[in-house]
Amino acid sequence: MRKYDQLIFEISKPGHIGYSLSDDEFTSMDYTKYFNDDSLRQTELEFPEVNETEVVRHYTALSNLNFGVDTGFYPLGSCTMKYNPKINEEMAGNLKFSSVHPEQPESDVQGTLELMYNASNSLAEITGMDKISLQPAAGSHGELTGLMMMKAYHLKNNNAHKVNIIVPDAAHGTNPASANVAGFNIIEIKSTKNGAVDLDSLKEAIDENFAGLMLTNPSTLGLFEKNIEAITEIVHDAGGLLYYDGANMNAIMSKVRPGDMGFDIIHLNLHKTFSTPHGGGGPGAGPVGVKSYLEPFLPYPVLEKSDENYTLNYDRPDSIGKIKNYYGNIGIVIRAYTYILEMGSDGLKRASEVAVLNANYMQARLKEHYLLPIDELCKHEFVLSGNFGLTHGINTIDIAKRLIDYGFHPPTIYFPLIIDQAMMIEPTETESLESMDKFIDAMIEIRKEIDDNPDVLHQAPTTTYISRIDEVQAARNPILTYKKQEA
Amino acid sequence: MFPYIPVSKHDETHMLEVIGAKSVDDLFVDIPDTLKLKRDLELPRHKSEIEIRNIIHKLANKNTSASEKLCFLGGGTYDSYIPSIVPYLTSRSEFATAYTPYQPEISQGTLHAIFEFQTLVANLTDMHCSNASMYDGPTAAAEAALMAFDKQKGDTLLISNTVNPKIRAVVETYLKFRGYKVVIINQTDFVTDLDDYKEKISKDAVGLLVQSPNYYGVVENYTEMFELATENKALNIMYTDPSSLGILKTPGEYGVDIAIGDMQQFGNAMNYGGPHIGFMAANKKLMRKLPGRIVGESVDHSGKRAYVLTLQAREQHIRREKATSNICSNQALNALSSTIYMSVLGKKGMKDVAVNSTNKAHYLYNELLKTGVFTEVTKQNFYREFILESKIDVSVLNQSLNEAGILSLIEVEKNIVQIAVTENRTKEELDYFIKTVEVM
Repeated sequence: MRKYDQLIFEISKPGHIGYSLSDDEFTSMDYTKYFNDDSLRQTELEFPEVNETEVVRHYTALSNLNFGVDTGFYPLGSCTMKYNPKINEEMAGNLKFSSVHPEQPESDVQGTLELMYNASNSLAEITGMDKISLQPAAGSHGELTGLMMMKAYHLKNNNAHKVNIIVPDAAHGTNPASANVAGFNIIEIKSTKNGAVDLDSLKEAIDENFAGLMLTNPSTLGLFEKNIEAITEIVHDAGGLLYYDGANMNAIMSKVRPGDMGFDIIHLNLHKTFSTPHGGGGPGAGPVGVKSYLEPFLPYPVLEKSDENYTLNYDRPDSIGKIKNYYGNIGIVIRAYTYILEMGSDGLKRASEVAVLNANYMQARLKEHYLLPIDELCKHEFVLSGNFGLTHGINTIDIAKRLIDYGFHPPTIYFPLIIDQAMMIEPTETESLESMDKFIDAMIEIRKEIDDNPDVLHQAPTTTYISRIDEVQAARNPILTYKKQEA
Repeated sequence: MFPYIPVSKHDETHMLEVIGAKSVDDLFVDIPDTLKLKRDLELPRHKSEIEIRNIIHKLANKNTSASEKLCFLGGGTYDSYIPSIVPYLTSRSEFATAYTPYQPEISQGTLHAIFEFQTLVANLTDMHCSNASMYDGPTAAAEAALMAFDKQKGDTLLISNTVNPKIRAVVETYLKFRGYKVVIINQTDFVTDLDDYKEKISKDAVGLLVQSPNYYGVVENYTEMFELATENKALNIMYTDPSSLGILKTPGEYGVDIAIGDMQQFGNAMNYGGPHIGFMAANKKLMRKLPGRIVGESVDHSGKRAYVLTLQAREQHIRREKATSNICSNQALNALSSTIYMSVLGKKGMKDVAVNSTNKAHYLYNELLKTGVFTEVTKQNFYREFILESKIDVSVLNQSLNEAGILSLIEVEKNIVQIAVTENRTKEELDYFIKTVEVM
C-alpha cells in the first residue's frame, strides 16, 4: 500500500478555491439585512481551503489505504462480503431515480413505487413472509422496527406485561441492544456446546412475561438450528413471537424460508445477502417482513397497489409510527432489486448452494491445520479457534494481522463470543476455487510460522503503511477532531 | 451462467470430493425435510444485463424528477449543487466495497476520512465532538432524545411545534416504546411560543428539541429558551440545517448540548428520501454517551499517526444490551460524500453557498409577492426556505407549474406553500418561475 498521511486540513493554503457557483452577484450582495445581528455566526469557520485537484489527489490517496471486496478476498464472517455487481450502481445512478425529491406527489414517482413494490414482493417470496416494509435503514434498525412491532402486538392484545426478550448468547450484539432500545428486558440463554439453542434453558427462561425470542438461523456459528420446529412450538405455545435476524440469509435462499420455519417477524440486510456495497460501514438497508397478523403494526406509510397505480397509505391506526424519515434507503433498494433480477429464482438458489459449498470446502481443508471446535456440516460460514494451547503467545489477532501481509482481509475475530479465540470465515459464493485455495495456502503457511517463527506473527502486519495501532491510548485519551498545531 | 459465481461444475465435483459429500443437496441435509422449500422461488429466472437495463430504464422513465423539472422543494431534502468530484471519488471501489473499518491497518482510507468528517462537523456546528454519522436527521434527533433521557432525570421531552412534523414523528416512535413523554410547545406566528414554553418547562423535562431554521424556514432566537432549559437541568438539542451554519448562529455559540441534522444536501443525491445522512455533535460531557461509531487518532507501534475506531465500550458489539445505542451500520459512504463536499467548498464556499441561496430566496420571495398570486403569511426572518399563501387553489397552481416544467410545491397548511431556494437554482430559473406565476 502507498504511503500517505495528510489530513485535508494540512493541505489547506489560504486563498485556494475548489468550487464555482452561479450568479456571483447574489454571493456578493449583503445578506445581513435579512437577519437580526444576534442570529449571525460570529466564530470563524475552520474549514480547509483547497483546489479541486488537491481534493481529488487527497481522497484518491486515501482510497489507496483501503481494502475492499474489489481489492481482494474478504472472508469476514457474518458480513457476507460478496461481490457487488457494477450494473447495480449504474441502475441506482439513473437521474430519474436519484434526483427525485421525497415530497414529490405519488403521480411523479410511479416508477420508483413500482420498483419498491416489486422488490418488496420478491423479498416476501424469498423469505416466506406476507408483507415487507422497506423503511429501516440498516440491519439493526430493522431489528428495532421488528421489536417495536412485537411490542405493539402484545399491547394490542392487552399483554402489556410481556416485556421479556430471550436472546441466545451466540447472538449478534445488535440483538440485545435493539431489544433494549425498544424497551424490552433481555434474558440471555446459554447455547449448547454445539452452539444450538438449549431447549431446556429456553423453557426455563419463559414465564408469563415472555414476549419473544430472537434467533439467527443458520446461527452465528454457521450451523442450521435443527430443533427449529420444536423452538417454534415452544415460543408460540407460550404466547411469544419468533424474530428472525436475517444476517445469515445467504445460506438458505430457495432451500428453506424463515416464514416456513415459523418466524413471525424478520429483517434482511440488503447490504449482505443482496449484494449492495457496504460503503465502509453503510449505507445499508434493513427491510422487515411480517406474517399477515402483524401487518397492521408495520411502520407507515404502507405501499399499496390499486389497479395500475401505486399509492402510499398513511391511514394506519395500529402502525408503530415512522421509524425513519420518508420511505427507506431507496437507492439501496434499487441496487438490491437489480441484483434479484440478475440472479432470478435459479441464480439465488445457486448463490446459496455455492456459498455453502465454498464454506464446507474451506472448513474441510482448514480443519486439517486449525482447531475446528464444532466439526459439523456448516452452512455459509464456520468458526475456527485460534487457541493452540501453545506457548508461543500466539493469539487469533496475530493470525488475522498476518493474513493482511498475505494480501487478504482477515475473517471476523473474537465473535461469536462462545468460541474461545474465534475466527469466523465466510467465503460467499462469489469467490473462485483458486481464490479460496490461495487463502488456505496462506493459512497453512501461517500455521507453520506459528511453530517456526512466531515473531513474524507478532510483528504483523509489516506490508502496510501503518502497523498495529495502540487502541488503548485512543480510548483513554480520545482525540476525535483535528486541532491545528500552534507553530 | 451466473457471472458473479465463479465456481464451475468441474470445481464443484472436486470440492465435494474434498468435503466427502456426494452432491450439493447433501450439504443441506441438516435442514428438516418438512421445512424445505420443494419448489422454485416464484420469481423470474435470471436475466442478462441487456434485459435488466431495459426493465429498470422503463421503470425510471415512469418517474418525473428534478433532472428534468425545476425543484423548489425543501422540508429537509434539497436539490443542492453536487460537485462532480463527489460521486466520482466516492464511487472508488476501495471506499465503496469496504466493510466497517474493523481492521485499521487496511482501512486507513475510511478511518482518515471519518476523522475529517468528525472534525468538519464539529467545526461547522462549533461543538466539541461528533460521531461518524447517523441514518438521517430524524433518527439522529431520536437518538439525541434517548441520550437526554439516559443522562438527565425526568420523563418528558419538550419539542417545539415549529420542528418539522416528520422529525417529530420519528422521535415520538422511538420514545413511546420506552414510556417516555413528549410535550409539544405551541407556536405563534410561525415561531415557538415563549409563554407556552415557560408554562411547560419544569424539572420533569430531560431535554428541549428545537429546529433552526425551523420547519417554516424562520430563523428563531432560542437564547432565552435554552437558558431556561439549562436552569431546569434539561439538555438543549438543536436540529439544524448545516448549510445555514455558514452564516447563522451555531449550536456551539448557543451553548447547546447536542446538535443534530441531516447532511443530504452536502454532496448526496435526494434519492427519494434515502440514503441520506444524519449527523450528531455534542459537548464534551456527552462524548462517551454518543451513539454509534467514532474514530479517534492514535499511533501505531512505530509511533506513526494512525486512526482507529474508538470508545467502543459504548457500542453494541461490546456492551450488548447496555450499549448507548443499537446502531451498527451507519451511512459511511454518504458521510464521505459530505466530507468531500465540505472540503472542496471549504472555508469560503460554505459561506458563499449560504449567502448565494439566502439572497436568491429573498429575491424570489419579493418577486413572487409582486405577481399578486401569493400573499405574505408572516414577517418573520427566514433563511432560504419560506412560506407564502397562494390565492389560487394549490392543486390548480401545481398543475400549471407542472405544465411549465416546475415540480409541485409542498402545501404545508391549507393554501400555504413552502418554497426552498438552493444555490443550485440559477437567476434564470428563478426568473422563469416568476414569469410562470405572473401569467397565472
